[in-house]
Amino acid sequence: MEYILLIISAIFVNNVVLAQFLGVCPFLGVSNKVSTAIGMSGAVTFVMVLATMVTYLIHVYVLIPLGITFMQTITFILVIAALVQMVEIILKKISQPLYQSLGIFLPLITTNCAVLGVAILVIKKDYNLGEGIVYGAATAIGFGLALVILAGIREQLELADVPSGMKGVPISLVTAGILALAFMGFAGLV
Amino acid sequence: MNQMQNFTKGFLKENPILVLVLGTCPTLATTSSTMNGLGMGFATTFVLIGSNVVISMMKNIIPDKVRIPAFIVVIATFVTIVDLVMQAYVPSLYETLGIFIPLIVVNCIVLGRAEAYASKNTVWSSFVDGAGMGLGFTGALGVLGAIREILGSGAIAGFKFIEGDGILVFILAPGAFIALGYLIAIVNRINKA
Repeated sequence: MEYILLIISAIFVNNVVLAQFLGVCPFLGVSNKVSTAIGMSGAVTFVMVLATMVTYLIHVYVLIPLGITFMQTITFILVIAALVQMVEIILKKISQPLYQSLGIFLPLITTNCAVLGVAILVIKKDYNLGEGIVYGAATAIGFGLALVILAGIREQLELADVPSGMKGVPISLVTAGILALAFMGFAGLV
Repeated sequence: MNQMQNFTKGFLKENPILVLVLGTCPTLATTSSTMNGLGMGFATTFVLIGSNVVISMMKNIIPDKVRIPAFIVVIATFVTIVDLVMQAYVPSLYETLGIFIPLIVVNCIVLGRAEAYASKNTVWSSFVDGAGMGLGFTGALGVLGAIREILGSGAIAGFKFIEGDGILVFILAPGAFIALGYLIAIVNRINKA
C-alpha cells in the first residue's frame, strides 16, 4: 500500500517536471515529436532507476562509513556520468536496435538534473533501497508522461497561428504552465 | 571584442535564461520571491566565476578527451563550497532553495561557459565572462522573482504594497512557466527590433 501511494504521488501529485521543476531542459528540448519523446522517456527511466540504486549503495556503504557525506555532490555526478557512459557502451554491444532508439539521448541525460535530483532526494527523504528504486522508477514515468503529453500538444501547435514573438520556447512554456495547472487537480489525492 | 562588451553581453544580448534558454530548472523553481531568486543567482554566479577562472588556468593541462569529466569535477568542487558556506551562514535561504543548491552542478550554463568560453580564453577574459553571465542570470532571476511576487502576493522583496491576496497561481508551479514564457516572448521582441 505504501508503495502504491509513493508511485501515485511521484507520478501525478508531485510530478517531477510540472511540480518540482526538475528536468525542464530536456522537457523543452525533446518535446517536438511524440516518437522522440517516447525514446527519451525510455532512456531516462533506465538511467534513473540504475543511478538511484548505485548512488544509494555508494552513499550507504562508502560515504557514510568514511564520514565524507559532504562529498555527495561530486561523487554522485561522477557516478552518474560514468554510469551513462557505461550504459551506452553496453547497449552498443548487446542490443543494436535498443542502442539506436535510446543511444542519442544518453549523453544528454548526464546533465538532466532530474537524475541527480532524484538521487539526492532519495537520500534526503531517508528512503530504503526498495522505496528508492520504486520512487526513481515512478518519477521517471511521471517525467515520461509529462514529456509525451507536451509533445502531443506541440505537434498540434505546429499548425496553429502563433504570434511571431511567442513562437518556439515561449509558447511551449505557456503550454507547460497550463499543463501544470491541470496537474494541480491531482493535489490532495494522496 | 573589448572587455566591456564581453562583460555586458550576458545582460540582454546573450542572456543565459532569456535568450539562450539554459538553466531553466533553477529559474522556475527558485523565483517564487525576489529574494530567493537573487540568492540562487548569486550562488550560481560564484560557481560560474570560480569554475571559469580555474578551468581557463588549467586549459593546457587537461587532455582533450577527458575534458568534460574534468570540468565537472572543478564545478562540483565550487558547488560543494557554496553548499557548505550557505548552510553555515544563511540557513533559512539554504532551506528554501533546498535541492537546487547541489543541482547547480548540472546547470547547463556553468558547463556551457566552461566548454564554450573558459577552455579557449585567458584567465581574465574568463573571469569577466563568468561575472557578466552570472549577473545576467541573477538579473533575470530577480526580474522573474519580482514579477511573480508582485502578481502573486502583492509584495516586492517581502515588502507588501498591495492589500489583499494577489493571484496565488503565480507563486505556484503553473505561474512560473507562464511568467517565464511571456518574459522570453518580450525579450525576443526587444532583441529583434
